[in-house]
Amino acid sequence: MKKTVLAVSLALTTLSGFVLAAGEQFIPIPSYRVGAYASGGAKFYGGMIDYLNYVNMKQGGIGGVKLSYEECETEYKNDRGVECYERLKGKSGGASAFNFMSTGITYATMERADKDKIPLMTMGFGRADAQDGTVFKYVFPLVTSYWSQASAKVSFIGQQLGGMDKLKGKKIVNLYHGSAYGKETIPVLDALAKKYGFELTHIEVPAPGTEQQSQWLEIRRAKPDYVLLRSWGVMTPSALKSAQKVGFPREKIVSNWWGGSEEDAVAAGDAAKGYIAGSFAMDGKQFPLIQDIEKTVYGAGKGNLSDKGYIGTVNYNRGVLSGILMAEAISTAQKKYGAKPLTGDQIRWGMENLNIDAKRQKELGVSDMFPQIKTSCQNHEGSGYTRFMQWNGSDWKPVSGWIKADSSVIGPMVKASAQKYAQEKGIAPRNCAAEK
Amino acid sequence: MDWLFFTEVLVGGLLAGVMYSLVALGFVLIYKASGVFNFAQGAMVLFAALTFVSIQAMGVPFWLTFFITLVIMVALGLAIERVVLRPMVNQPPISLFMATIGLAFFLEGLAQMLWGADVHGLNLGFNDEPFDVGGVFISSFDVFAAAICAVLVGSLALFFNKTRLGRALRAVADDHQAAMSVGIPLKQIWAIVWGVAGFVALVCGLLWGSRLGVQFALTLVVLKALPVLILGGFTSVPGAIIGGLIIGAGEKLAEVYLGPILSGGIENWFPYVLALLFLLVRPEGLFGEKHIERV
Repeated sequence: MKKTVLAVSLALTTLSGFVLAAGEQFIPIPSYRVGAYASGGAKFYGGMIDYLNYVNMKQGGIGGVKLSYEECETEYKNDRGVECYERLKGKSGGASAFNFMSTGITYATMERADKDKIPLMTMGFGRADAQDGTVFKYVFPLVTSYWSQASAKVSFIGQQLGGMDKLKGKKIVNLYHGSAYGKETIPVLDALAKKYGFELTHIEVPAPGTEQQSQWLEIRRAKPDYVLLRSWGVMTPSALKSAQKVGFPREKIVSNWWGGSEEDAVAAGDAAKGYIAGSFAMDGKQFPLIQDIEKTVYGAGKGNLSDKGYIGTVNYNRGVLSGILMAEAISTAQKKYGAKPLTGDQIRWGMENLNIDAKRQKELGVSDMFPQIKTSCQNHEGSGYTRFMQWNGSDWKPVSGWIKADSSVIGPMVKASAQKYAQEKGIAPRNCAAEK
Repeated sequence: MDWLFFTEVLVGGLLAGVMYSLVALGFVLIYKASGVFNFAQGAMVLFAALTFVSIQAMGVPFWLTFFITLVIMVALGLAIERVVLRPMVNQPPISLFMATIGLAFFLEGLAQMLWGADVHGLNLGFNDEPFDVGGVFISSFDVFAAAICAVLVGSLALFFNKTRLGRALRAVADDHQAAMSVGIPLKQIWAIVWGVAGFVALVCGLLWGSRLGVQFALTLVVLKALPVLILGGFTSVPGAIIGGLIIGAGEKLAEVYLGPILSGGIENWFPYVLALLFLLVRPEGLFGEKHIERV
């Protein structure tokens, strides 16, 4: 008798759990809050979770469907990332989409995600050629890919010099992290150097980049007009300190977004003053949404950050943006499939039909926090804009408008690389016109 | 050949080598006393630096922070000796080595749990603007670090070679059981050495933390010490210094002059090639103790 009661209780509990889960849209959070990259990871995923909670608290979810989430610690390690993917992909009715904030984990899960029909959001990182949605159906390098950022960096320098024609004859050094990530932009920069006629020198910093004395002595000898920094982690402060040592002006160092957070600049102390980095999400608490998150979520004692002082930092705002893109994809998909918990494949459709224009940004309270985004079946990036900020010793300040990547150079390279990948993997490119 | 540039690379390399020596010293200390390669040295450097900046962030003055952190590090060293190593006296060296691997992960986690995972800047009062000596730019911070290192090495060399405790320590390193049988208090010796290793980790953490920021990546600086140890020997303080200078100068000159021929980025593996070449001539390292096996 006791056994029967227990079994019935268990069944009811399981059933109620299932009903609850079935009424929610599940978002996996493969975060990294311990280990080498915990400092940025905690703020990024804190921002993302805060936004999901905000949507639940403010609007009761999306279309009446509450958002649920579960964290899984990856420590930024590929094996743990894959484990988290497998653990969360089928939870609570199935994962909406993953944002690992790690190129390595993304590469390790790409084929699985394709098979499971779950989108991977690779906002600002991952394979640059994945912006070709006809080949990479489930991968979304939203906002700006590595190649777009590299192109925007060159355009920014052109702007600083007074026009792209002024790049001719200038000397630029590409100081890159000795890894696949670091080398990824070399072909794009070579193509841009050819187009604009600047002299480009590539100098590798062996990973992790703790020691850069010889590279910076070479740079001092080469006397470049600018140094393009493609750094990651400890390589950034080490580069800035080494630049100071050899007397190279930090105002002439332009990095991509991986080197453009408070953590990167603070670690270098005074040596970071004047240093410039690209970004796809502006920092600060001036945005009404960020203010409202603080008021609503933290006011109710449900904030994810242990220290409220980090609200509005670069990584926090990037996390909020990740939450926004996830929520907008769900909302867009609901318009087609109905207001109910959706599958990963349905959210993939939402993600490739995003339209976050100036009007929508204003409604969300994030005007100009990030560039306008419009994705399609072919275009999984949806923007390609980057904005540049300068570290003034305590804060990042914008020093440019949103700069568009040179599509005449990037476009053909994306197409060629995606086609090569499709051939290698035996993927038949999608016919987007037929899918409409 | 641009001799001025060559000199600049050489001087920069030698000064970088001093920083590597500093890390290597921590390893040598423990190895001399216990024959253990302390895998947790990097974690101790991180723990020390993170503790220092976290206490300083509370508004505590520099020297008081230094003193408090020193006490914590010595206490940590003593605790490691008591909890991890003492129960393993007379165990094979590989068991002790494995214990330090576990210790490394524990310390990394403990440091982040106690003080958080944030990245901190660390200013030791040096702006590190380069100064010009006959056209050669020299980093003021590197010179400061070299001076600190020189003082530290001088003191340790005196301690090991001229004091009774230092000689006892060397006896312990040779053979635990033999040392104990002649009345050398092994437990006390180990406790002192781990305490001193805590102090060295603090100095190392402050200098490297000032250069890279206090962050998890400080644990990676140990990678720079490994070729120094191979070259200089695991048991020699002067070996750590000379090894550091050779590795520092060698890797910088190789990166600048051989790098372009070998497509660059050779700085990580070249020091190991250099160290292995030395090993072909002197298997025990430049200053390592030669073991004579009698049949």
